[in-house]
Amino acid sequence: MYNETVMDHFEHPRNVGEMEDPTVVVEVGSSECGDRMKLYLKIEDDVIVDVSFKTLGCAAAIASSSQATEMIKGKTIEEAWNLTNMDVVEALGGLPEPKIHCSVIAEDAIRRAINFYRKDQGLEPWK
Amino acid sequence: MNQSHSPDVPTVYLDHSATTPTHPDVVRAMLPFFTKNFGNPSSLYRLSDASRAAIAAARGQVAAALGCSDHEIFFTAGGTESDNWALKGMASARHQDGNHIITSSIEHHAILHTCEYLETQGWTVTYLPVDQHGLVDPGDVEAAITPETTLISVMMANNEVGTIQPVREIGAIAHDHDICFHTDAVQAIGHMPIDVKAMNIDLLSLSGHKFFGPKGTGALYIRDGIRLDNLIHGGGQEKGHRAGTENVPGIVGLGAAIERVTADITGHRQKVGALRDMLAQGIAERIPDSHYNGHPEERLVNNAHFSFPGLDGEALLLLLNSKGIYASIGSACSSGSEDMSHVLRAIGVPPAHGRSSLRLTLGDDNTKEEVKYVLDVLPQVIERLREMGSF
Ligand SMILES: Cc1ncc(COP(=O)(O)O)c(C=O)c1O
Ligand SMILES: [Zn+2]
Repeated sequence: MYNETVMDHFEHPRNVGEMEDPTVVVEVGSSECGDRMKLYLKIEDDVIVDVSFKTLGCAAAIASSSQATEMIKGKTIEEAWNLTNMDVVEALGGLPEPKIHCSVIAEDAIRRAINFYRKDQGLEPWK
Repeated sequence: MNQSHSPDVPTVYLDHSATTPTHPDVVRAMLPFFTKNFGNPSSLYRLSDASRAAIAAARGQVAAALGCSDHEIFFTAGGTESDNWALKGMASARHQDGNHIITSSIEHHAILHTCEYLETQGWTVTYLPVDQHGLVDPGDVEAAITPETTLISVMMANNEVGTIQPVREIGAIAHDHDICFHTDAVQAIGHMPIDVKAMNIDLLSLSGHKFFGPKGTGALYIRDGIRLDNLIHGGGQEKGHRAGTENVPGIVGLGAAIERVTADITGHRQKVGALRDMLAQGIAERIPDSHYNGHPEERLVNNAHFSFPGLDGEALLLLLNSKGIYASIGSACSSGSEDMSHVLRAIGVPPAHGRSSLRLTLGDDNTKEEVKYVLDVLPQVIERLREMGSF
């Protein structure tokens, strides 16, 4: 059902766990299927220097969380903001059609975290 | 345990309610009917004598397993066809007597989707609720009967949570009201003694691949005197009731398989029951916050069904798969909690439990070592997923 890259991220997810003192923490859930994700970011000078996550969800949700966190590590918040769930799906080499929606929570979590951070900095949230 | 992918990953098959391997003895019995004894049973020459004799023998084997006469057994291409035939055949045969059917809300889709189709054709269907253990209340059956009711169909044992229905009582109620009683016994064969006469059954569906027989084989028991319209029209096979050249090797396999699994039901129940209890108790002891779904006693001897809230069933299934353990789940997130299996919804399982459910169904080809392996692996896998998903 899933390709090797997805299975690898699912069986050996990167960046799993809580973070000691994150800059921002957000929790998002999918109303569609009940998958949930908690994302921790450490941001220094608008650069994501560390990232970790926890996910309650299917293999696609876990693999997407893992892949997405890999893709934003070391990136500026602007770069991270522009990451879409379809970029994550592409990096994973594709997901079965009914599982595409499971990759959305990672994108949601990242964007929400970035706007929390911007508000914290007294800046306008991005749209 | 069979060795699979890599030398250190065993294969433990715990999905016998989905299907079973065809037993080597069954395959052996079938083989001559592919090559040597290939004659069309309808042909009159001597070559076909063996085919005809083999079908007759298989009919006897199925009849013996159900406690009926040979001529009450009709071969089909599986459980789905038998269910369709029973429902559509009875609905149309008695359409002048009434247009109401009673069934349960936890039937297999072979029944439920057939009922939904009949609803589009002018029939009305009552889908009876079940209690939290999956039991139909015979009192509800009686209360649902109207002067229009011509058929009651309630499964013998549920394919997800394994609950065994009070079939004999429901059949008695049906007969008190001159209503035909059908039961889908696809999951029950070999796991419990069946006597269609004592159990007040008029129509019974069974399927070969659930009891170590070949896929695409099945039968419908039609009690003497029950009039049923045909589902499949064509040639005069099965005394004109089910057209199509007989699947001779399949029928031979079905006969051999049912004889094999009903030879020692008591022994099977002891052996598989002990394995299932070891599995279920082991899980209850080792895995915190585990919930046993279905009925504590009135359940298939090979069925264990659990919810492990705090994780997703598909993730669990795939991690077990990577450890060589094959099982099945009650819902997948592609369909979403909204689409939790109709059975789990009917027994009132909350969504968080539904999405984390796991069905383990054993067979007498499983061993104690395999159960031990599962009891070793399952708690680790569950703890890992719960840790990843707890916040
Ligand atoms: C209760 C029940 N009825 C009917 C069927 C359908 O049988 P078959 O696969 O032979 O068409 C199944 C198989 O999953 C079943 O479990
Ligand atoms: Zn999902």
